[in-house]
Amino acid sequence: MWSYTFRRVLATIPTLLAVITVCYLLLHLTPGGPFDGERKVSAAVLANLQAKYHLDLPLWQQYLYYIKSLLQGDLGASFRYADWSVNDLVGKALPVSAAIGGGAIVISLFIGVALGIVAALRQNSLIDYLVMLLGNIGGAFPSFVLGPVLVMVFAIGLEWLPAGGWDDFALRYMVLPMALLVFINISTIGRVMRGSMIEVLGSNFIRTARAKGLPMRTIVLRHALKPALMPVVSVIGPLAISSITAAVVTETVFGLPGLGKLIVNGAANRDYTLVLGLVVLVTVITVVLNLLVDLAYALLDPKIRY
Amino acid sequence: MSLLKVSNLGVQFQTNDGVVSAVNGVSFELEKGQTLGIVGESGSGKSQTVLAMMGLLAKNGKTTGEALYQGKNLLAMSPAELNRIRGDRLAMIFQDPMTSLNPYLTVERQMTEVLELHKGISRRGAKKRAIELLDAVRIPEAARRINMYPHEFSGGMRQRVMIAMALLCEPEVLIADEPTTALDVTVQAQILTLLKELQRDFGTSIVMITHDLGVVAGLCEKVMVMYGGRAMEYGSADNIFYQPSHPYTIGLLGALPRLDHDGSELVSIPGNPPNMARMPKGCPFSERCTHASSRCADELPALAASSVNPQVLRACHKPADELQQAAQEVAHV
Amino acid sequence: MMQSKQKAMTAALDNSLADAAVEGRSLWRDARVRFFRNKAAVLSLIVLALITLACIFGPMVLPHTYEDTDWDAMGIAPTLANTHWFGTDALGRDLLVRCLIGGRISLMVGALATIASVALGIVWGATAGFMGGKVDSLMMRIVDMMYAVPYLLIAILMVTLLGRDFYLVVLTITVFSWMDMARVVRGQTLAIKSKEYVEAAHAIGVSTPKIIFRHIVPNLLGIVVIYTTVTVPGVILTESVLSFLGLGVQEPMTSWGVLIQDGAGVMDASPWILLFPAGLLSVTLYCANYIGDGLRDALDPKDR
Repeated sequence: MWSYTFRRVLATIPTLLAVITVCYLLLHLTPGGPFDGERKVSAAVLANLQAKYHLDLPLWQQYLYYIKSLLQGDLGASFRYADWSVNDLVGKALPVSAAIGGGAIVISLFIGVALGIVAALRQNSLIDYLVMLLGNIGGAFPSFVLGPVLVMVFAIGLEWLPAGGWDDFALRYMVLPMALLVFINISTIGRVMRGSMIEVLGSNFIRTARAKGLPMRTIVLRHALKPALMPVVSVIGPLAISSITAAVVTETVFGLPGLGKLIVNGAANRDYTLVLGLVVLVTVITVVLNLLVDLAYALLDPKIRY
Repeated sequence: MSLLKVSNLGVQFQTNDGVVSAVNGVSFELEKGQTLGIVGESGSGKSQTVLAMMGLLAKNGKTTGEALYQGKNLLAMSPAELNRIRGDRLAMIFQDPMTSLNPYLTVERQMTEVLELHKGISRRGAKKRAIELLDAVRIPEAARRINMYPHEFSGGMRQRVMIAMALLCEPEVLIADEPTTALDVTVQAQILTLLKELQRDFGTSIVMITHDLGVVAGLCEKVMVMYGGRAMEYGSADNIFYQPSHPYTIGLLGALPRLDHDGSELVSIPGNPPNMARMPKGCPFSERCTHASSRCADELPALAASSVNPQVLRACHKPADELQQAAQEVAHV
Repeated sequence: MMQSKQKAMTAALDNSLADAAVEGRSLWRDARVRFFRNKAAVLSLIVLALITLACIFGPMVLPHTYEDTDWDAMGIAPTLANTHWFGTDALGRDLLVRCLIGGRISLMVGALATIASVALGIVWGATAGFMGGKVDSLMMRIVDMMYAVPYLLIAILMVTLLGRDFYLVVLTITVFSWMDMARVVRGQTLAIKSKEYVEAAHAIGVSTPKIIFRHIVPNLLGIVVIYTTVTVPGVILTESVLSFLGLGVQEPMTSWGVLIQDGAGVMDASPWILLFPAGLLSVTLYCANYIGDGLRDALDPKDR
């Protein structure tokens, strides 16, 4: 197991390096430096700034400097927010995104799995139709359509919750964004769980369990649940990645001070180091999540031994 | 009273192409300690017959007729009632040992849960008993291997585990649905010997589903030959083997390689098994039968005592003596 | 259950084989018959065709343009009275025409990016599958890497650096949409490559390009069609997300994502500005998904 983990970790390095390099080159080979902005700066100040950010060195040396500081966990300084390092900005934004995105995934796992099981056991029942309907809606109504609709109904129409904003993890502000993410995740998890549960319940070993006289509850919980969960585990990775996409949208819709908002603002302000730093950070998060999902998969399946 | 008495059992499936009858009017009896072989090609309805008795039909399946176990109709029981009997008094082993054990649970968990459920034994006690049974089916190092997962066993060993699991509660009836089909020939022989010994030791009645006449000859006292969802011939193994009186049985035996006569080639039955959705009006075998007359295609022959040997039931319009004469002439050529 | 299903399937296959022998139906004709039997898919196809036609021809025949302000009707609700059937936005621009013009952009980006990514995916996958060995494993390694990349962020980065431009948006979407197709085509190529008829063609000395176009390409078509229809909604969605985030086409040009963003800003006062483009986008995605399902069922009968 440990050697497998080690090998998997090693295998992520080329991916990370490739993403960082491509983004770095994109950033530095496009015409227009970061300080060619609207503000006029004197030649001396410019030279100072360039020296400070190693912009006076050849590109490959700048690149090595950047990699070196990345390895030390330093994403660099923001070009636009004076006195703020990218690390500071991320440090403030990450907990917001993590709380909402992570919380939504955990909640939707429980609800989605439960709905999927019930739908599989009672095919053609109300819950079954609900799960299939959710699956359809999730595919056709993207987050940036559903989000405003949620705001329209619950904030503007019913006036139950604020339409957006953030107040230091106050629950009132977290409900709608999380509900949106949960809804989107459930549509996937519920559909996958329903499908895999139906397939597992039709398998030979479930027939054996029935032949042993086990009650349905035991058959589902002891015999069918774990194998049926495997496909759900394998969609958690892609789901987490799409949550990051959804986070960008959600945070824009609800005005949350998270990573998504940061990157959209960074893009609008052409804050290169900030955007690059965020891309690197999110790539690392993605790769780590995929790694964890693979390891969880290996742990759950007794047939995989290393 | 027979241990198991099946009368006029039918199985129908609701499909997109309409209702398909997989089994029609099948009847048989099983006494304590007896072995019944149900023989037929794939699609003859032999598996569906026993699955119906165990309440294991697919969701779109329906049953008619009755299957009495000690006078109680298995087909009419509630799931809870049926669950008290299956796994305890009626146990079943399946064709494919590779997929019939849960790959996510250890053999120990899959065996002990049966005893916990039906006998109320603690898990520790159940494990002890499970190891005894694994010893009985000759799994080496049972005490160590019981903690393994199914994929760590070979196919033959998994079928032994299945058999041990089925025998945990010492059932009165063991239903074996092609238990050796998926296994190597040498392993097949071992499993059959094992079943024979276990029957001797435990006094279990066995219903053996197979398409392999060799298995039947070695193990069974009574034989039912099925075709197209119907019983073609039903009687003692000796009678069926040495004086077959149904064209289909004769055909099956002709297709069997034998050591005691060389020379003539194996005779296969021409044609294919019938399409269950489009059954002929008359005898299901009529399309492939070399003896068929126009009556066979139009009129369903009833299962009735043979004129030659009243111990044997047969469903054929052609008289038994004429058939057997013809068969003998062919054999002597 | 599996057994009885399998039996039914074998029976169905026998029947269809028997029918094929009698009528000589081709696979494609068979698929067309199956597709048109699927009511949801046919309805989706009709709706999508209507939306497309409306987007193409609507702006030509309607009395308003997408950029001109109607000073007499600014931010009015939908009405039958003065030909602003979808109402107008805060600047007095006719919403119906803007929705249709936006649809042109969204559908065009969808079409172009789909064509480009499908082409890239086919070439990549077929090359990897046909070459095999080290080339194959390197090319597939790159595909794996692409999956691990948070594409939206890189898309944001690209648009930030290179500016907002129609073709750049197409390019950006293409770069992150071709991997599924590449994987599927590679798998299929590998499978076909080892088929007897291809080996036979090799043996009698048919040239490699000829083998590719005679044997491999026709056999890839089915799976390519299926995955193309899966790609379309994904591509339209990505374009809308980018537009929604303010990274799509420039004002006054518009697309559904831009319109939804505009509408989300004023939804408390004038909700129709949000609801019309959102509805159009959702209906389009819904239809595209259903058509994809219908085609998959029609072309891949073993999944029925």
